[in-house]
Amino acid sequence: MANVTATEPSPSRSFWAGIGQGRHVIGILFMLPAAVFLLFFLTYPLGLGVWLGFTDTRIGSPGVFIGLENYASLMGDSLFWLVVFNTILYTVAASILKFALGLWLALLLNENMPFKAFFRAVVLLPWVVPTVLSAIAFWWIFDSQYSIISWALIKMGLISAPINFLGDVANARASVIAANVWRGIPFVAISLLAGLQTISPSLHEAATLDGATNWQRFRYITLPMLSPIIAVVMTFSVLFTFTDFQLIYVLTRGGPLNSTHLMATLSFQRAIPGGSLGEGAAIAVAMIPFLLGAILFSYFGLQRRKWQQGGAD
Amino acid sequence: MTHAPEQMTDNSTGMSYLDSLPRRLVTVILPLLVFVFVLLFPFYWMAITAIKPNYQLTDYNNYSPLWVVEPTLEHIKYLLFETSYPSWLWNTIYISVAATIISLVTSVFAAYAIERLRFNGSRWVGLGIFLAYLVPPSILFIPLAIMIFGLGIYDTKLALILTYPTFLVPFSTWLLMGYFRSIPFELEECALVDGASRWQILIKVLLPLSVPGLISAGIFSFTLSWNEFIYALTFIQSSENKTVPVGVLTELVRSDVYEWGSLMAGALLGSLPVVILYSFFVDYYVSSMTGAVKE
Repeated sequence: MANVTATEPSPSRSFWAGIGQGRHVIGILFMLPAAVFLLFFLTYPLGLGVWLGFTDTRIGSPGVFIGLENYASLMGDSLFWLVVFNTILYTVAASILKFALGLWLALLLNENMPFKAFFRAVVLLPWVVPTVLSAIAFWWIFDSQYSIISWALIKMGLISAPINFLGDVANARASVIAANVWRGIPFVAISLLAGLQTISPSLHEAATLDGATNWQRFRYITLPMLSPIIAVVMTFSVLFTFTDFQLIYVLTRGGPLNSTHLMATLSFQRAIPGGSLGEGAAIAVAMIPFLLGAILFSYFGLQRRKWQQGGAD
Repeated sequence: MTHAPEQMTDNSTGMSYLDSLPRRLVTVILPLLVFVFVLLFPFYWMAITAIKPNYQLTDYNNYSPLWVVEPTLEHIKYLLFETSYPSWLWNTIYISVAATIISLVTSVFAAYAIERLRFNGSRWVGLGIFLAYLVPPSILFIPLAIMIFGLGIYDTKLALILTYPTFLVPFSTWLLMGYFRSIPFELEECALVDGASRWQILIKVLLPLSVPGLISAGIFSFTLSWNEFIYALTFIQSSENKTVPVGVLTELVRSDVYEWGSLMAGALLGSLPVVILYSFFVDYYVSSMTGAVKE
């Protein structure tokens, strides 16, 4: 940016002006606040977490390097394996339900009907409200004596005694999954709805003229057109379900008999109330391979979407 | 994503005219009403419990649990005057606003640098931002707790104001990158030709055009901060520094007798601010949520 003005600019000014307008220098300067912040509060703790997993740090005592001892003791810990099983069960069951119900809700919301905008606005509410606060409402809904669900079922004559929602292994697992699905459906539905709206209605009209049934239109038009966005939405959903903490902490704290303990809640329990920061960190690090798998999946989903939209690379 | 909040267009009449009314009633309206009922019932239950007098709360034989006679404000009064609830509310507002402002400012610069200045390696930084977005708080809270302790800000609001941007900055940057991409390059080139500096271009050209994007990122960040739990639970000890979600869970739940009335009132009051914000900015919420996914 040469200064073509009548008065000759002083050399130092044009030097600084040149720096100020240089793309690379100013780009890095603009990037600096975010980069410093993320390096210090995200990348560094991530590394520190991995390091802690190799130490026996406890609250109040800086630990020493003990190699793989934390991991070795976790390998032999039957509770750890139960928790891994719980986490996978919770993630798989909740994700499948969220996907199926969310897709169904998205298809319903995509129909033409009165009060469409109103319906779209209210279904997102469970996702907007703080999870902990809605989980407290579920805690009351799942009360062992005064549950409103038990009351309604007794009134209908379907059961004779209140259901022990959170006190029994199978019931507790089903209850926390139900609460998680309740909170996750809106995210899946509204995101998929945005994808549905990009599908041109003329495709469906053409298919109908060719004699396609509703199911065929869904199977051969809607689903393929939607698949890239499904991949991304479900990656996010799996990621957040897998690392869930709040819902379990409120509803069951891992009980009964540790049947709803997830990796995040076990990590918290061992590290903060238990004081073994090293062991807690090791459990958290054990989640990373699963997360990496999900991220790679998302990456390929994104690539495919760009390709489908005709964008280069 | 191309433009500011996408209006939900109703041009897709589709072929619904081919279906008869009774058929639509069964395949569309009825399932939709069931969905809406299930998704909204917990809120109704929360609200009705919050205004029920204690003697009706568990007496299902004499009073229908689904309705309330003689509604009362005693639970809300109890919350506001006999607990630290007002200070939790204030803390949550203070922390959320501060974390949102910090995140927005840093994200605007970062997004502009990555998307428009295209400095050496900006592509890799962009990818790094996306990956940072995927790091969940549940694997960061233990090392962060140690750092917070080391910095001497344990049990202060500053601990949360500094840690919340770890998930807000990647998200906002990613969202704003999408908005900046939709603004034509030509506008910037005109300004450059007219002798504007990069700073002036950002402040006077780009930012006024991306106000919808800033609103989306801002309200979304505010909501995420408001809802955050695991950091607030780990980094805050004393009652007067707690946020609403942590305060309600750790201080209102006492012994074996759960005071459902005040618990539900606490949950209701803590949800209202974000619900009100949401009701004013529905389109912005939807565009920021789907924007992050669609990019």
